[in-house]
Amino acid sequence: MALTGVLRAGFVQIRVLEMDEALAHYVGHIGLELVDKADDGRVYLKGYDEFDRHSIVLREADAPGVDVMAFKVARDSDLDGFEKRIVDFGLEVDTVAAGEQPGLGRRIGFTLVTGHRIELYAEAERSDNGPFIENPDIWRDDPRGMRALGFDHCLLYGPNVAEVTRFFTEVLDFNLVEKVQTPDGPIAVWLTSSTKSHEVAFVEHPEPGKFHHVSFALESWNDVGHAADIISRYDISRDVGPTRHGITRGQTIYFFDPSGNRNEVFSGGYSYFPDHPTRVWTPDQLGKGIFYYEKELNDRFLGVVT
Amino acid sequence: MSAEFSITVEDSGERFTCPDGERVLIAMEKQGLRHIPIGCRGGGCGTCRVRVLSGTYRTRKMSRAHVSEADERAGIVLACRLIPESDLALRLAGGGEGV
Repeated sequence: MALTGVLRAGFVQIRVLEMDEALAHYVGHIGLELVDKADDGRVYLKGYDEFDRHSIVLREADAPGVDVMAFKVARDSDLDGFEKRIVDFGLEVDTVAAGEQPGLGRRIGFTLVTGHRIELYAEAERSDNGPFIENPDIWRDDPRGMRALGFDHCLLYGPNVAEVTRFFTEVLDFNLVEKVQTPDGPIAVWLTSSTKSHEVAFVEHPEPGKFHHVSFALESWNDVGHAADIISRYDISRDVGPTRHGITRGQTIYFFDPSGNRNEVFSGGYSYFPDHPTRVWTPDQLGKGIFYYEKELNDRFLGVVT
Repeated sequence: MSAEFSITVEDSGERFTCPDGERVLIAMEKQGLRHIPIGCRGGGCGTCRVRVLSGTYRTRKMSRAHVSEADERAGIVLACRLIPESDLALRLAGGGEGV
C-alpha cells in the first residue's frame, strides 16, 4: 500500500442552530443521505459515493461552528504511533472510546495551536448504502439536490498557521501543497495526506477555533452550475460563485447553511504527489489566487466565519 | 395590521421597508441596499448585529457567540433573524466585516 498513515478527511461534526432546517438543507438541497438520528440528538449523514457509515455529523447547539474534524488513518496501530509523535510535539492527547459515534472505532484527539480539535481514527463501519462494488452501477438511487459525492475538506481559521503547518507536515506526514507567503511567514496553507489538492486548509486569524467552510465534492463543473441553480431556486444564502480558485484550481460555489456555517461545493483541482513542489502565492496576487476570474477579494468571504 | 413596516437605520438616517413576516436584513438586501453589513444571513456570524432602539419585534434563534441573553434583553439582535412587528429604529452594534 503506497498511501499509509493518514488517509483522508474522514468526518466533521458541525453545530447547527435548528436541526430540522439543517436537515432540509444538507439532505434536501446538498443531497447527502440521512444515516441515523441518534438518541443524544446528533444526526449522521453521508454522501452517496462514500463507503463509510457517515462523514458529516450535525449537533444542535446555541452557536454554530465546528466541534471536531477527524482524519481516517490506515491501521489501528497508526493511532499508537501518531499518539507518541503528537505528545512528543508537545500536544496533549486524549482518547474517545469506540462507539462514541455509532460505527466508529476508538479515536485519539488533540487541540491544535489554532484552537481546533482534531481526531484520528482507523475503524469505520462500512455503509450498507455506499457505492456498489460488484459490476458497479454509478449510483444506487438518483442523486438528489446538488448531487454531492461526499465530504471533501474543511478550511479552518485560527492563529499561528506557521506552527500548525509544521505540526501537520512533521507529525502527521501531510504535504504542503500550496501556500500564501508573506515576509512574516505563511498566512494561508493547503495541506494534503493524499493525492487530493487538500484535505484541510488553514488561514491566519486572531480568534482561535473558527470555522470557514466544509466542502463537498461534485462530479463536474456542470454540477457546480446545477448547484448554483438550486441556490437561487430555493433562496439559499449565497456567498461567492460559481467561479474558480487559482489556488488548487477547483471550480466552486460558496453558500451558507441555515445556521450561517459556510458550505462549498466544488469540482476539479489538480492531483498532488509527494514529489511535487509547494506552489506559492504572494499577497499582491491573492485576489487571483482565491477567485481566479474576479481577481479580487471579498470582505465577506475573508472575514465571515462561525 | 400593516402589510409592511418602516425600518430606520439611525447611523445613516436611511430608511427602508420590511414586509410583515420578512427578516429585516433579507428585506433590505432584496431592495439592493447595504445599510447593514451582510454576512451569513443565518444568525451565525454576527456581521449584521444591531441594537433595536424602538419598536416591537420577534427573532429566530441567533448564535449565543454573538448575542448573549443580556444582549438580547438590551435589544441587541442579528438583523438577519429580526422580524418586525411594528416600525423599528436600529443602530449598528459592532458586527463584523461584510458586504
